[in-house]
Amino acid sequence: MPVPPLTDPDSAAASQAEIDAEIAAISKEYETSGASGRVETQPRRDYAPYRSSLLRHPTKDLQHADPETVELLAPVFGRRDVAGFESDLTIQGGGEPVGERIVVTGRVLDGMGRPVRHQLVEIWQANSAGRYIHKRDQHPAPVDPNFTGVGRMLTDGEGRYSFTTIKPGPYPWKNHHNAWRPAHIHFSLFGTDFTQRLVTQMYFPGDPLFALDPIYQSIVDPAARARLVASYDHDVTRHEWATGYTWDIVLTGSRRTPIEEESA
Amino acid sequence: MSDLSPTPGQTVGPFFAYALPFDGGADLVPAGHPRAIRLHGTVYDGTGAPVPDALVELWQADEDGWVPQVEGSRARDGWTFTGFGRAPVDDNGRYSFTTLRPGATDDGRTPFFAVTVFARGLLHRLFTRAYLPLDDEEAAADPLLSRLPQDRRGTLVTRRDGQGFAFDIRLQGPGETVFLDFGDG
Repeated sequence: MPVPPLTDPDSAAASQAEIDAEIAAISKEYETSGASGRVETQPRRDYAPYRSSLLRHPTKDLQHADPETVELLAPVFGRRDVAGFESDLTIQGGGEPVGERIVVTGRVLDGMGRPVRHQLVEIWQANSAGRYIHKRDQHPAPVDPNFTGVGRMLTDGEGRYSFTTIKPGPYPWKNHHNAWRPAHIHFSLFGTDFTQRLVTQMYFPGDPLFALDPIYQSIVDPAARARLVASYDHDVTRHEWATGYTWDIVLTGSRRTPIEEESA
Repeated sequence: MSDLSPTPGQTVGPFFAYALPFDGGADLVPAGHPRAIRLHGTVYDGTGAPVPDALVELWQADEDGWVPQVEGSRARDGWTFTGFGRAPVDDNGRYSFTTLRPGATDDGRTPFFAVTVFARGLLHRLFTRAYLPLDDEEAAADPLLSRLPQDRRGTLVTRRDGQGFAFDIRLQGPGETVFLDFGDG
């Protein structure tokens, strides 16, 4: 019997090499099943290299359900719910936050390629030093008094969002010894259907920590996980102001027909 | 954009508490509302220990079975029922919503609360349903409940208590909650 991995997420017992070996074994198993297996577009909830998943993933298969009326609709958000300045994370303090100012923009689409219009997008992130404004974040990096790292906005009529923020730093965590998360921005998204609800993370191109990170690698399909990486976009970059990144988000397919969409 | 494959999910992580919860998030109606009920429970892991860093979202019809399509969930006015709520669990894994009893959205259908669960350690959100208490005949008429083995069906049914309805969420292990796949990945 193999020894089960330690389940205390704070034990930081394994080395990076041990985690790497676990990641590689799962990756190889997925590749060799490639011809017969289906493409996995989502992360595995049961992904042992991410130790905190061990006791928090269902062991039984998800039960198929045909969505009912309430699940075919989503919450509606409007101007009452979001203030205009909340899309700019660099103006929420008394002064300029420290770090590399960036613009992150893109479109939210459903599985048919239709824009998700006037819907809520929420983001949160670490500051440029890799520190979150959160009481549980004990990483000894400086808090930036001018940066909370929280933003929200509604998509426009084309499903577009655009946040101005600071490039987050990588930060250490306790999954294993010397574990570091690649820099990322958390995104929370709603579609037109309840079933499209998505919380995910956006990453930056070329991050050397990708291969080492069990959360990113929990999406075992390489093409699927690459969808979480934004593109540097010089057309978004603003002269003497900010560098720009583009990241489009595709939610699972809406069941709403085009006719319903037009009359909505 | 040519690639319409879905964007993968990722865990909500440990640090969402200052970003996603909002004032009044768990109060779909004020506590003093004459027909307010409570939907509450605990999120457990595979050892039966409470999960202290989960987030539960609620989405539901009103008492008449209408699904609200009105803004104002994040900025409640105290009068408008938006049908959406968001509650982080406390240090003991407990969540609690103040809301209305959902009505049936379609004739002959069994009312339920639609529930989404997020947590550190949970790599992709989970959907489930919290049905109002029902008898065997009603369960047999429900397209989902009727297909579940008797011992798993109960995980989707709330228990009536003094203030409303109790609904525990077990991510893993004995009594594991039935989680749903709507067929679109």
